[in-house]
Amino acid sequence: MKKFVGVLLLIVLFSMGCRKKDDPKPPVTNPPSLSLSFKNMVGSDTLTLETASYKNAHGDTFNVSMYKYYISNIVLTKEDGTTFTDTNGYYLVDAEKPLSREIKINNIASGSYTKIQFLVGVDSIRNVSGAQTGALDPFYGMFWDWNSGYIMAKLEGTSPQSPNVSKQFVYHIGGFNGPDNVLKTVELSFPNKAVVVSSSHTVIQINSDILEWFKTPSTVSIFNFPGAMNGGKPARTLSDNYADMFTVQSVTTTIE
Amino acid sequence: MYMMMVVALGLYACHPDPVVEAAKEIQFEIPKGWPQPVYQFENNPLTVEGFELGKKLFFDTRLSRTNTISCGTCHQQFSAFAQIGHDVSHGVDDKIGIRNSPPLFNLNWHTRFFWDGGVNHLEVQPINPIQNPVEMDENFGNIIQKLKNDADYPKRFAAVFGNDSITSQRILKTLAQFMGMLVSSHSKYDKYMRQEAGGEMTTAELNGLQIFRNHCAACHKEPLFSDFSFRNNGLKPSVVNDSGRGHVTLQPSDMYLFKVPSLRNLLYTSPYMHDGRFSTLEAVLNHYATGIYSSATLDPLLSNGINLTPQERKDLLAFLQTLNDEEFIRNKRFQEQR
Ligand code: HEC
Ligand code: HEC
Repeated sequence: MKKFVGVLLLIVLFSMGCRKKDDPKPPVTNPPSLSLSFKNMVGSDTLTLETASYKNAHGDTFNVSMYKYYISNIVLTKEDGTTFTDTNGYYLVDAEKPLSREIKINNIASGSYTKIQFLVGVDSIRNVSGAQTGALDPFYGMFWDWNSGYIMAKLEGTSPQSPNVSKQFVYHIGGFNGPDNVLKTVELSFPNKAVVVSSSHTVIQINSDILEWFKTPSTVSIFNFPGAMNGGKPARTLSDNYADMFTVQSVTTTIE
Repeated sequence: MYMMMVVALGLYACHPDPVVEAAKEIQFEIPKGWPQPVYQFENNPLTVEGFELGKKLFFDTRLSRTNTISCGTCHQQFSAFAQIGHDVSHGVDDKIGIRNSPPLFNLNWHTRFFWDGGVNHLEVQPINPIQNPVEMDENFGNIIQKLKNDADYPKRFAAVFGNDSITSQRILKTLAQFMGMLVSSHSKYDKYMRQEAGGEMTTAELNGLQIFRNHCAACHKEPLFSDFSFRNNGLKPSVVNDSGRGHVTLQPSDMYLFKVPSLRNLLYTSPYMHDGRFSTLEAVLNHYATGIYSSATLDPLLSNGINLTPQERKDLLAFLQTLNDEEFIRNKRFQEQR
């Protein structure tokens, strides 16, 4: 008898407690997927760190040793005006880490999307809410520990025009408060609709052009402007410049 | 017996993660008559296990590159968690900072941290000393590796968070639990205000309280003895030319402003001011009487200094002694477990 109860229990337990695992999958309709693929450019060249030499609008020669920026608060707008919001998505694109340039949007809803909006940086709420994790982990060196808040974007390199002995230029763009706010909302229309349906995979390729850091509205000379490390006006100038550095290059959808 | 085994097996099969007991909650107590704290452990549930882990981390020298300096090196309990006998802090390889280690207590009521208010949240405060080259000069990647290799830490993290993953966020949140629990509210003054035993003030002390309210309380606001604003109290900038709040906000009107410090536990926290320039309270009162350095941002309340008669000074000093909280500096709960 005891043995029988035991076996019964075993069966009941396995079939109840573990049902989730053994459930047959519902008929195959794979959810759609959508990713953003960031490509870092310098004018018409793909960015090569360290070795390649470039020229900015002021005529200064420079190379790039570090290029990172946060992308957050992504909102995709459909043809009919309704939107899909990527809640709690914070991403750090780092030129040194190829994987970081591919951002997969979780649980994208079906629809025909025509434009995208995102923040270059980390919204003010996350700047004042204590210890964060994921892409916002202070370990990534994108958090100012002497003046709390995230560095929204970093560009570092060397230039013969730099007045520093090391010939470096260092741009750390931060500040989320009042007049020091450097957060930029970018809105980009797609060249063609992104039709997101089940089993489809959409890739939106977005280019960022480093040359834009140095031009419009302000032409930046590395000699006069070798560093921006403390927020304030230098950071505002550079962020006003880079606000228009993103363009959607292509929207491609494949169906499995 | 057989049945029990079967049940255990069944349970085991459905719970691949070991079941960890829930951590024991702690209710944070606001002392009677005090305002609501700024930091209320939102998104950081206060527990016995979290507090104990935070304490262990606070006293662990492995948080420094050289494995020689802990938070507790510069913040010592017998000094109300300040660093006694140092005008400015001493970190790894005996590197010297530019500011005096402030005491740590009643931190949940601070609106910003550091003398210049550069840090906006208790949880992100430790990032600075950990990464600062003249303090602990370490990074989270290395610290996490050291803690993972320890026999005890993974278990402790699991007891707090349900699994043994160690992240900077978890380190910072438990440190905030320990620091947030450092409440000093058992001085003679507190007992007097709450009309408790041990709160009987002498005539001189009561006189001193009146003098304090007339001359000091506008900035050193009761019951925390700070309004946590930033002000210039007339210290002449030293050779370091530390511009305080101005360095953070880049506003000319913030030059040479520093956070108003609490006046609790002064007996244990000498030397005084952001650069530790005064070693006695007499020297502090001399400063307010005749040492005020006039500059564009000097607080208007101090433009004529604070002139007291010798008797008033004596009474004021007697009152300041009633703000020392011996129970706090001896509280076993805050002591390092060896
Ligand atoms: C080398 C000495 C040193 C070490 C080590 C150190 N601190 Fe500090 N701490 C200081 C100094 C100096 C200040 C004031 C800095 C300033 O205002 O610029 C300070 C300020 C603070 C404050 C802000 C207090 C206030 O009133 O604003 C807190 C909180 C704090 N430390 C906690 C910690 C923790 C946690 C650790 C360990 C992770 C730590 N400290 C390690 C020296 C140190
Ligand atoms: C106008 C505002 C103001 C007034 C009034 C004022 N203080 Fe201060 N006090 C400050 C500020 C700001 C500091 C920190 C200055 C610094 O370190 O740069 C300070 C620092 C101190 C310190 C050093 C504490 C420490 O931990 O280092 C003591 C002691 C002190 N004050 C006592 C007094 C007394 C006693 C009075 C009244 C006689 C008084 N203060 C009046 C603003 C004020």
